[in-house]
Amino acid sequence: MAHQIYPAIADGILGGGVYALMAVGLTLIFGVLDIINVAQGILVVVGGYLSYVLSVHLHIDLFLGLLITVPAMFVLGLAIHTLVIRPLRGAERTSMSLLACFAVAIIAEGALYWIFGPNVVTLTASYVRSSIKVAGFYISDIYLYCFALAVAAVAVIYLLLYRTRFGRAVRATMQDATAARLIGIDVNRVAALTFGIGVAVTAAGGMAYGATSGGFSPNSGYDLISRLLAIIILGGLGSIGGALAAAVFMITVESVVDIWSPNWAVAVFYAALVIVLTVRPSGLFGRREVRAQ
Amino acid sequence: MTTPATTTTGRGRRAALAVAGPAVLLAAAALFPLVFSSPLATTYGFDALIFVAAASAWNIFSGYSGYLSLGHAVFFGTGVYAVAIGARDWHLTGDAVFGLLPLAAAVAAVVAVPVGLVALRVRRHTFVVITIAIFFIFQLMAFNFSFTGGTSGIDAPILNWAAATYNDPFYFLALVIATATVALSWLIRRSRFGLQLRAIRDDEDRARGLGVHAMRVKLAALVISALITGLAGGLWYYFIAAAHPQSAFDPLFDLSLALMGFFGGLGTVGGPVLGAIILEPSQQWLTVQFTNDYLSEILLGVLFLLVILFLPRGVLPTLAERAGRWRARSRRRPDGPDAAAGGAAVQPDRQPEGTAS
Amino acid sequence: MTAELRTEGISKAFGGVQAVDDCTLSAAAGAITGLIGPNGSGKTTLFNIVTGYERADTGEVYLAGRRITGASAQRVFGLGLARTFQLTRIFPRLTLLENMLVAAGGHAAGRRRAHELLEFTGIDQYAGALAGTLSYGQRKLLELATVLAAEPAVVLLDEPAGGVNPTLIQQLADRIRDLNAQGTTFLIVEHNMEFVMGLCHQVTVLDHGTVVAAGPPADIARDPRVLDAYLGTVPDTGPDDGGEPGDR
Repeated sequence: MAHQIYPAIADGILGGGVYALMAVGLTLIFGVLDIINVAQGILVVVGGYLSYVLSVHLHIDLFLGLLITVPAMFVLGLAIHTLVIRPLRGAERTSMSLLACFAVAIIAEGALYWIFGPNVVTLTASYVRSSIKVAGFYISDIYLYCFALAVAAVAVIYLLLYRTRFGRAVRATMQDATAARLIGIDVNRVAALTFGIGVAVTAAGGMAYGATSGGFSPNSGYDLISRLLAIIILGGLGSIGGALAAAVFMITVESVVDIWSPNWAVAVFYAALVIVLTVRPSGLFGRREVRAQ
Repeated sequence: MTTPATTTTGRGRRAALAVAGPAVLLAAAALFPLVFSSPLATTYGFDALIFVAAASAWNIFSGYSGYLSLGHAVFFGTGVYAVAIGARDWHLTGDAVFGLLPLAAAVAAVVAVPVGLVALRVRRHTFVVITIAIFFIFQLMAFNFSFTGGTSGIDAPILNWAAATYNDPFYFLALVIATATVALSWLIRRSRFGLQLRAIRDDEDRARGLGVHAMRVKLAALVISALITGLAGGLWYYFIAAAHPQSAFDPLFDLSLALMGFFGGLGTVGGPVLGAIILEPSQQWLTVQFTNDYLSEILLGVLFLLVILFLPRGVLPTLAERAGRWRARSRRRPDGPDAAAGGAAVQPDRQPEGTAS
Repeated sequence: MTAELRTEGISKAFGGVQAVDDCTLSAAAGAITGLIGPNGSGKTTLFNIVTGYERADTGEVYLAGRRITGASAQRVFGLGLARTFQLTRIFPRLTLLENMLVAAGGHAAGRRRAHELLEFTGIDQYAGALAGTLSYGQRKLLELATVLAAEPAVVLLDEPAGGVNPTLIQQLADRIRDLNAQGTTFLIVEHNMEFVMGLCHQVTVLDHGTVVAAGPPADIARDPRVLDAYLGTVPDTGPDDGGEPGDR
């Protein structure tokens, strides 16, 4: 049994990196806009399908295709924010935004079913059928490439947040939107761009997910969002480090449990979620929620 | 400012309407299957009534407390499986299966307790997400447990009724449940319990500071809501004669309840009723017209977006506000009941701050 | 109904900031006690701790001699301690009467009391209106009326005169005096020195989370430590009119 654990852990860490990327996008959106984009899961699938179309119909390499899909998803994110999120007003706007994201998710899922049908598709790249041998077991190259992609993307986001003026504006808005407005930050613009970035990462996440998951369909959105929600709640809403840690940890645990019981592995997520929420409602690394409701 | 009309005739007229309106509606609903007796019509009617009950139940919790639940399918599906498993394990068929309905309600109510204890400890918009997560847990359990029949679900017991009038008992039972639910919703809204819920919605911390035991109140509302939703689920199961994880636990169900509530008017008694009566048959009809079921999914999402963008308070409150403004305009007199004219006002600097919802 | 409110050694830190530091004060039963101090001196935090909205790190709170430290907000209210908030909080989507009934109860006696209090604060003609339509000053009156609904023994007011015109301030002071005459204990946080000095029997001064002076208003007005707290160290302790600069 031991020789099954190491590959499971390796898979878990590598896979966790991909989920971390998607979770970071989600947590970024929450930090700046105060809303949980429950459409993130299906948007990852959209990203996956975009890569699929480019790869299968236009024969563009998966990784190169990101040069197209990432900006495309960024624009989609901007559009969603401007058309659906931004116009919402009033005391209930965070709850309404969440419902709006839910509606967007339903629309996206319906659209994917309509265009692509319910069949499972996979993403493959010709140069990634090989695997390397590490410590007595094999890891597919594609996992390593995608992990590298995830690391690179998170690094880019980190640099963006901490080394650019825009990033400073984002962090200021995350801490206190009113104060940010008062010092001249265009909070609406920051919000729109952040939402765009949060969705843009789903392009990379979608490609990585599509290449490493062994197949996806429009139905995959549910699996993704359920895991992502558990990850960001566990890691603490608004905490990027928390999202990273929770992602890698939870996916690894699931991967290990999967050895014994594939059906119930994902239940590990939920069990952890329930336990954490009962003990510490703000998540492992989350800020204590001081805003009133 | 919305001052209620203080003239006796105005009040009397509105009270009469408040009683006559629902009475007419109820009579129409009772006569419906006699006039439109085709199984298709009564199926539409049954579905609409199930959603009247479910949407009103959802509103009792989410509308009044402000905690939006996107996981009520948990209670619906629990009701479905409670009846399905009960009928299967206790070998019930025919009319006896209806005896399991109270069980469906009870099981759903019991399930609501741990769900509420976990979910109600977090702030409102984390709550929405938790309900989604809990929904996934239940769907997962339905798919994977053997006693729920796994992916293939559980088949319904045999019911040997005449085909032509098969739907009618279901319809009337649903009518009874729906009517009782709406009546309960009305009673709650007028009660101290309802006041506490609405205070929680407006400012939970402040409500606590005024002696409201928030957790107990919220949990009670959730249990009541779950009980009715489970009951509806149990009846629905026997009608469509199948229990599958994806239909018993369906995210579109959750979205529909929220849509009906928002469309009609969140937190009102009549809002969910209006929402269910208009939206459920429309949705069914669309699914039939476009046999491609995915289009109805897209339309549902689009409709929901349109409602929350353009009609966020819902149809009934918007109409009521328009009516109030029209009434105020048409009775503007110097000494009128509209107190904006002054009188013994405390403040010289009083300005109406716009109507709240 | 009346009671004494007392704190002993309350301390509370938020991260690196010590908001309340070994704070021991009392509001005598049946008296009106003022709580003054510069911004950031911990007054609202103290209120939050006393009324169960926050947990103190150390220290105890006593109401009528009974230890209530750590009790929940809902329980504290039940024991006879009510408060208002610095940023006036009401239930905007409920009518004025409904606002009152949350605390007063729906039975006949509660309704009577609700109407009485609305009359007492002079806003009863709006009883059927939604609270969200009230002006700022009217909201303050509603908030005051609401906390009185359950006949609390002790009332904590957080800046009741904040942003309010002079006529209303006078009315508020009169209402507070009327209620105090019936025995209600008041602890009032305020920056308006005239209001505090004119109304309170005792004044306690808070600075950096701890009590620096306590006594009758006249003594406090002359106390150099109080000026210190508001202005920083002042070498000269000549005659002054107390209070903070900018206060008329």
